[in-house]
Amino acid sequence: MSIDELKPIIEALIYVSEEPITLKQLAAILEGESTDDIQVAVEQLSAEFNSRGGGLEVRQLAGGYRITTRPELSEYVRRYLKSQPSARLSLAALETLAVIAYKQPITIPEILEIRGVTSTSAIKTLLDRRLIVARGHKPVVGRPMLYGTSKEFLIHFGLNDLSELLNLEDFEDLMTS
Amino acid sequence: MKMKEARQETDPSTLEMQPEFEESADQYKVRLSMFEGPLDLLLYLIRKEEVSIYDIPIARITEQYLDYLRAMQELDIGVAGEFLVMAATLIHIKTQMLLPRDPDATGEEMEDPRKELVYQLLEHQKFKGAANVLHQRATMEAAAFTRALMDEDKDNPEVATTVFQLFEVFKEVMDRRRAITEIEIARDEMTMAEKIAEIKLMLNGSEKVSARSLFERAGSRREMVLIFLAVLELVKELQIRLRQSEIFGDITITKRED
Repeated sequence: MSIDELKPIIEALIYVSEEPITLKQLAAILEGESTDDIQVAVEQLSAEFNSRGGGLEVRQLAGGYRITTRPELSEYVRRYLKSQPSARLSLAALETLAVIAYKQPITIPEILEIRGVTSTSAIKTLLDRRLIVARGHKPVVGRPMLYGTSKEFLIHFGLNDLSELLNLEDFEDLMTS
Repeated sequence: MKMKEARQETDPSTLEMQPEFEESADQYKVRLSMFEGPLDLLLYLIRKEEVSIYDIPIARITEQYLDYLRAMQELDIGVAGEFLVMAATLIHIKTQMLLPRDPDATGEEMEDPRKELVYQLLEHQKFKGAANVLHQRATMEAAAFTRALMDEDKDNPEVATTVFQLFEVFKEVMDRRRAITEIEIARDEMTMAEKIAEIKLMLNGSEKVSARSLFERAGSRREMVLIFLAVLELVKELQIRLRQSEIFGDITITKRED
């Protein structure tokens, strides 16, 4: 199939997929098409969305692709959905999440050591919102549970993968300058 | 709590925590609530005193730190254990600093007793910065919407409900009721029209109603039969939609908008 033939199919697939659809998933459906071709098609598609200046865009999220409305239009979309921006995470939850994101997999006692405060309720909030997940036990005394960030975390914070997180050491400069 | 939110709302790009309050005792309460933990309080004191994080005047900062704890206790605010642990750490460092240095000491013994605390504070600051950036990202991200979930989506597998399935649920509740030996005395004069109106009213109030709970509401078998017939009538009139997400599961009733 030519790239031009692939594009509409891929557009349709990204549109219907509930979660960001990965190249692998696309390739599995588009049997016989090379991943490279698919990637080129997605990139062209994304560029077309951008140049059209429409209300939608193709975004790379959590290792896949997703069609979303443009952020600039959020006011109107919210008005229609009658939705409020979802409940914000508390400062404690955000800080705990930051620690987990950078130090994962990490146990609760280790989080306590870094934050200097117990984070039990913050952990619960983060688990409830599926931003973090249990990642097994640490093979030390007491076998404490290890936690890491989830796919939901990437989606929530608009990241394609964890490498997109700013380098932690960069914050030192920001803070001390 | 309020203060904390206010700070988040102001300018998320301000990475520094700069509470500016009057130095009056009645303000302590507000201020204390801002400190998530002992490290936050220490960072605040360091900023307030405009001292370097790498060269903390331990005696001065310890004294101020303890003042805050005292204020907390005066105001009957339970001082969390972590604050006390930090107080002990500070005092320990202070005493170590007071001890004359062993001129022959080398390596580890020469280490600044504040080193570990400084490291902890720096780490804490970094994560505060990271938390701030996460907050900004989430705000930006919340502005982009995906399409609404379609009926076909996983968490809502629409299995067309048949009259038989509806009858199953009805029968199940009926059987359960039969098991409870109850004598029906009052012969209530309900009509199906009343039941239809009732169901419609319920659906106006809430998005969906479970068929099982609807049947269970019935005070008598006669009423249950009426409800069952009312549901069928509403389906026939295309006013409601029945949905069963799993075989033998409950059936949810939703209003038909189209």
